[in-house]
Amino acid sequence: MKLHEYQAKKLLAGYGVPIPQGSVASTPAEATKAAEQLGGRAVVKAQVHAGGRGKAGGVKVVSSGAEAAEVAKRLIGSTLVTFQTGPQGAPVHQVLVEQTVDVARELYLSMTTDGGRRRPVIIASQAGGMEIEEVAKTHPDQIITEPIDPAIGLYPFQVRRVAEALNVTGEAARPFAMLLNACYNAYMEKDCSMIEINPLVITKDNKVLALDAKVTIDDDALYRHKAEAELRDKSQEDPLEVQASEHGIAYVKLDGDVGCMVNGAGLAMATMDIVKFAGAQPANFLDVGGGANEEKIAKAIELMLSDKSVTQVLVNIFGGILRCDVAARGLIAGIEAAGRQPRMVVRMLGTNVDEGKQILAGSGLKISLVNTLQEAATAIAAK
Amino acid sequence: MSILVDKNTRLLVQGITGREGSFHAERCMQYGTNLVAGVTPGKGGEKVFDKVPVFNSVSRAVKETGANVSLIFVPPPFAADAMIESADAGVPLVICITEGVPVKDSMYVMRYLEGKQTRLIGPNCPGLITPGAKAKVGIMPGNIHMPGKVGVVSRSGTLTYEAVQQLTTLGIGQSSCVGIGGDPVSGTTFVDVLKLFNADPETEAIVLIGEIGGVKEQEAAAYIKANVKKPVAALIVGQTAPPGRRMGHAGAVITGTAALASEKMKALAEAGCHVIPSPAEIGSTVRAMLASRK
Repeated sequence: MKLHEYQAKKLLAGYGVPIPQGSVASTPAEATKAAEQLGGRAVVKAQVHAGGRGKAGGVKVVSSGAEAAEVAKRLIGSTLVTFQTGPQGAPVHQVLVEQTVDVARELYLSMTTDGGRRRPVIIASQAGGMEIEEVAKTHPDQIITEPIDPAIGLYPFQVRRVAEALNVTGEAARPFAMLLNACYNAYMEKDCSMIEINPLVITKDNKVLALDAKVTIDDDALYRHKAEAELRDKSQEDPLEVQASEHGIAYVKLDGDVGCMVNGAGLAMATMDIVKFAGAQPANFLDVGGGANEEKIAKAIELMLSDKSVTQVLVNIFGGILRCDVAARGLIAGIEAAGRQPRMVVRMLGTNVDEGKQILAGSGLKISLVNTLQEAATAIAAK
Repeated sequence: MSILVDKNTRLLVQGITGREGSFHAERCMQYGTNLVAGVTPGKGGEKVFDKVPVFNSVSRAVKETGANVSLIFVPPPFAADAMIESADAGVPLVICITEGVPVKDSMYVMRYLEGKQTRLIGPNCPGLITPGAKAKVGIMPGNIHMPGKVGVVSRSGTLTYEAVQQLTTLGIGQSSCVGIGGDPVSGTTFVDVLKLFNADPETEAIVLIGEIGGVKEQEAAAYIKANVKKPVAALIVGQTAPPGRRMGHAGAVITGTAALASEKMKALAEAGCHVIPSPAEIGSTVRAMLASRK
């Protein structure tokens, strides 16, 4: 689960990470008040779950409360399109109004979990303010990685090693060390999957500040972080994906027009690939899960068909725990609930497959039944 | 022969009195697996399926029954405890089916296992099966498998069944099939299973099924290039997935170019693998690969 910048900063500040002064505003009046508290000069930042806000016009420096209100009025209620949001953009409901800072240096700092090492790692670079992927491509030598043993935590020598690599010396070294430790504590205690501070700035008076912050929390750990779970902003996600997740269905909207419903993530990806190889484009990834029941299948079909760009459907069920007769009944119920039925290709295999096929054949619905993935691909391409 | 589970497997199921645990434990037993014990704290002394004793702790179950493989079905908040309890009791092979284990928990479990003799498969995996020995330790449908000489290793569940189905339909049997799971932090890796298949005299060819995300397929490719003489057919799914979006499996996210399907396929092709062009052609690619060898 992603947090907004203002939420991420508040969380990190709670662990001792220094952040700029400021407050979040949901109206132009609040933005005025927030800017005036900072003396008028401030930076107004649109709050969306995506990077690239600056280039997209989502970050503006203002010099008065009135100007802050103007910017806030323009941003709040608008849709910000950045290179990370996709063409549909992300809605802005709040702006963060912060003090401006005299920056001496911009650094990059993040923490994430390295699956290969099975450890949290610090990733840092002197090239702050840039996309780390870009730095990785052009100057891989400028990126340092410091794995942390979760059994003993982050040790001072590691902090010194990172500081040295970033050339953080003198007065800034101590606050930098405190910031790094604070990040690690937040990372572990809050089950983060990523903390990214970009840029981490050293000010002209040698202070260390998280000028921007992104925090992502492991969805699977939200059950033990009730307060953070409350911070979820569903407006930043696709409404169909939100609905699907409420029913325990993994759904990702894509650009094509072939709706796919599959049980199991790997087989769902394989099915999308099959569609593409057949010369068509998948409209979604949809994994209904291993132990799905009739209601869940029906809901999945209904959700998928509520996406108007879906003009044909491929259902691929490998019955194991999920029986094909159950899937067939769910399929019919879902089509009824959706109130429309585009061209449909169904491939079923495994437990109770004959019964499942009989149910579909007896439903009166126009469904092409196929036996193999190859036949499914051919049927999709035949349109 | 085969790898990891066989006639000598003495299975223990943690969470055996739960809905999922009892359902699958019974199916493992019906397939022919020697199910010797169950563990559910607080239900020690009971019996399931009229004959399998339930214990309060893994150590007690091991002591009383000689269990040597543990299969875990407990809910995510308790999965780390269950995995560590089995390792603490000295169980040499632990398979965690549970989906949704927090990554931090898996990280602590893996740290605990460092230097210990226990091998962990999963979490979030379908388990493994050796058809020739009638040993099924997982949630896969047993009836699609057929004894034979092709080893299958995969990050996925139902896609593994798809692969097995295609092989069996063409009369190509399997030595063992291992699902290593789709989580970003997990126990056994492709390389671990490849080592076992490579050393197993009964496995003559290998099918590797990977997906987008991470660099585990590249590690597998490097290992294959350096060590594996047996023919390997490899499939990568997720060629149509957009970057930055999680495709169901927590590990299946494209972050950086190494996570792309195209990069993984390139690495596997360079390692000498027969790259399976489409998920519909798993069986036919393996058949052609085996034929070209003879």
